[in-house]
Amino acid sequence: MLTRRLFLKSTALIGCSAAAHPLMSTATFAGAPGENRLVVIILRGAMDGLDVFQPYGDPDLAALRQTLSLGPDHGATDLDGFFALHSALSPLLPLWNAGQLSFAPAVSTPYRDKRSHFDGQDMLEAGTGTDLEIDSQQDGWLNRLLQQMPGQDSETAYSVGVAQMRILRGAAEAKSWTPKVNMDLSPQAELLLTRIYHDDPLFREASAQALEIVAGLSPDLPEAKRGQEHLELASFAANRLNGATRIASFSLPGWDTHAGQARGIERSLTRLSETILSLKADLGANWDRTTVMAMTEFGRTVRENGSGGTDHGTGGAMLMAGGAVRGGRALGDWPGLAEGDLYAGRDLMPLRDIRAYAAWAMHAKFGIPRAALEGAVFPGLDMGSDPRILA
Amino acid sequence: MLPYDHLAAFRLGYGLSPHLTLPADPQAVAGSVTAATRPGPDDVTMDRLRAWQMEGQELNRDRREKVPDADEAFRTHRQEMNHIFRGAVVERFARAVDDAPGFGERLVWFWADHFTVAGRNHYTNLMTEALVSEAIRPHLTGRFAQMLFAAETHPAMLTYLDQSRSIGPNSIQARRNPDKAGGLNENLAREMIELHSLGAGADYDQQDIEQLAELLTGLAYYPRQPGVFQRRRAEPGAETVLGTSYGGRKGTLDDIRAVIDDLAVHPATAAHLARKMAVHFVADDPPQALVDRLTDVFMDTGGDLGAMNLTLAEAPELETHFRAKMRQPFEFLVAGLRSLGLDGAQVRDLRPRIVNTRLLQPMAIMGQPWASPQGPDGWPEAAEVWASPQGLAMRINWALAAPVDLVGRLPDARRFLQTCLGDSASETLAWAVPRAESQSDGVALVLASADFNRR
Repeated sequence: MLTRRLFLKSTALIGCSAAAHPLMSTATFAGAPGENRLVVIILRGAMDGLDVFQPYGDPDLAALRQTLSLGPDHGATDLDGFFALHSALSPLLPLWNAGQLSFAPAVSTPYRDKRSHFDGQDMLEAGTGTDLEIDSQQDGWLNRLLQQMPGQDSETAYSVGVAQMRILRGAAEAKSWTPKVNMDLSPQAELLLTRIYHDDPLFREASAQALEIVAGLSPDLPEAKRGQEHLELASFAANRLNGATRIASFSLPGWDTHAGQARGIERSLTRLSETILSLKADLGANWDRTTVMAMTEFGRTVRENGSGGTDHGTGGAMLMAGGAVRGGRALGDWPGLAEGDLYAGRDLMPLRDIRAYAAWAMHAKFGIPRAALEGAVFPGLDMGSDPRILA
Repeated sequence: MLPYDHLAAFRLGYGLSPHLTLPADPQAVAGSVTAATRPGPDDVTMDRLRAWQMEGQELNRDRREKVPDADEAFRTHRQEMNHIFRGAVVERFARAVDDAPGFGERLVWFWADHFTVAGRNHYTNLMTEALVSEAIRPHLTGRFAQMLFAAETHPAMLTYLDQSRSIGPNSIQARRNPDKAGGLNENLAREMIELHSLGAGADYDQQDIEQLAELLTGLAYYPRQPGVFQRRRAEPGAETVLGTSYGGRKGTLDDIRAVIDDLAVHPATAAHLARKMAVHFVADDPPQALVDRLTDVFMDTGGDLGAMNLTLAEAPELETHFRAKMRQPFEFLVAGLRSLGLDGAQVRDLRPRIVNTRLLQPMAIMGQPWASPQGPDGWPEAAEVWASPQGLAMRINWALAAPVDLVGRLPDARRFLQTCLGDSASETLAWAVPRAESQSDGVALVLASADFNRR
């Protein structure tokens, strides 16, 4: 079924250049030489790293979090005596134990202070610094990576779902693919809709039931399986990566947990862990040559807010998984949660540019020279010392 | 205070577009209606439709007579009819998307709804569009009497309201075929008075309806009969409608024109149409001052629709009752298409699957299946009807899922808010859009908002 649909989709897109063909994707794939594989997952909405990799060893955490990030005594699993893994990621513990899972607890892009999802995601995917207006950054760093790869062919980008993958936008060709599943209303979108309808009695009254209907409404997709899009994405990505494709990218939404984070993040983390395990299962032997990097636009406030959630912050966590990863460890230092350690008195202080990890991964797995990474792919980036993140 | 060009586009048209230059004063807004009066290059006309219907009848005869390949030929014919109808519907979307500010195409919708005809098969589907091309568009800025005559005598109306079955009891045809059942059908006569002219509350009685029904005999549409009036079906003798006597020894089309001319300028008609326009364009419960002004203009000008259009464009109630109305599903979709930056040419180029899944199916689920209102009174006006949970759910779903199918690259949600709503966005919406988790969610918030769904 996958093969037939892929054939149809590819046929339909022949003749579209990457520039002309709009990037309506959450999944993009690119063919490249060599046997190593890279999967970049964009976690849209700003994941709360402090809840995913809980620094329960930090004496200041308890005072900042009342219902969240409660550590190993409340369902999380101790990883190294300092960090504990959120219970919804427990299915990934075998990977951790096998040295195939790691994380950097305090990273960020150069984006600061405005804390806008749109701008933050644009910068994460553009991979540029703050020297350029975000509006003038039209292409993404995975596309610039493609342009650096000798012998990459026209195996192009695949788009899935409604999120756009700016990360692969640019001169190199890419294909897109759309899974036949219905889209999901993210908790944040639902919350915002409730807010914007609140002042209009007519819409307020209709919307409560309307939002329930939206959850099941699928006018053109009668066979849709709700909430399974991530599995389709992972399965399709693995299918292509087992073939000629070497780079895949897609996004997982649902991280903007301003209220009721305990429930919201559990759903999103379950999807993330299912996605990774699905990739592993479907990649088979190729999993050993695969690096998965899950990145988010920024972290969230260290303090829990009044509604059991967290607000937009700065430093956040990046997750890496795969047979190619030197895992079972936290990457980089920990900035601390004491008052003076925070960014702007409210956010986790980022200690390293998230692009440096991506750059070192591309250096190790695709042999891209450091000069090209610091010049063309991530203009102006100082990669710093080798974090030796990959086996 | 909103700039007038934006106000007029929201209230009288299909909202803002990143491409269109909007007329800036009431005269220009009323003047813009002229564009909608022009015929389109592929308009469905009754001349074409008659030929198709005769072709269909022949193909059907071939099937009955077991002519080889007749079934296949008939299937092809039917597919072609569907294809033409689909094209005509897409053309309605395309013209609405391209019309700045959209007042003309909104008037097309308004009057087509006033003279509702619904499709029941391939041919009657096509007739609904022929009525729009032939009876509505040419008269948008003319005298109401012209539009009323064109609509009441159009084959689409004669078919929809059963006039083609009405035969004068003492007509030549009835006298020659005394065994064949037949007789008056009052349907068109009743709706002509109750819906199309005086209005249900006006001062008329059953006798007027019956007399008008007799007067209307002779009107009929059969593809093989030329024209729409057959004297042999007409009831002879004079009829008295609302106190005036029409006709003489023989029934003629001129008698019918005479009664329609009188109905068209009746004071009750003026009040009925004035209120209906105010309800559609301004508020479900319209301000009486506006209704009165429109009534006066109608009476003073002898039913000049161009003057009515100008009165609406000048109405201060456009501003005082801003967003009192809910966009109907067709308006919502057109406004969505044009906010997303599509132009008419791009709408015409949409693939059939997209037209189905992103326009026609959603429109039906929102409560407005194309050309299929429940009765001759057309689509409801009340905001409550369109803001049903099911309808709103479909609008939200469309806002989430359709934009990427329609435009490749989504606009920045913050800029999109400005594109769609100018400076009219509520504080809450302006607060919420930048807080969406992704650009697509931000775009969806704008399209699903009460701000966007109201006008």
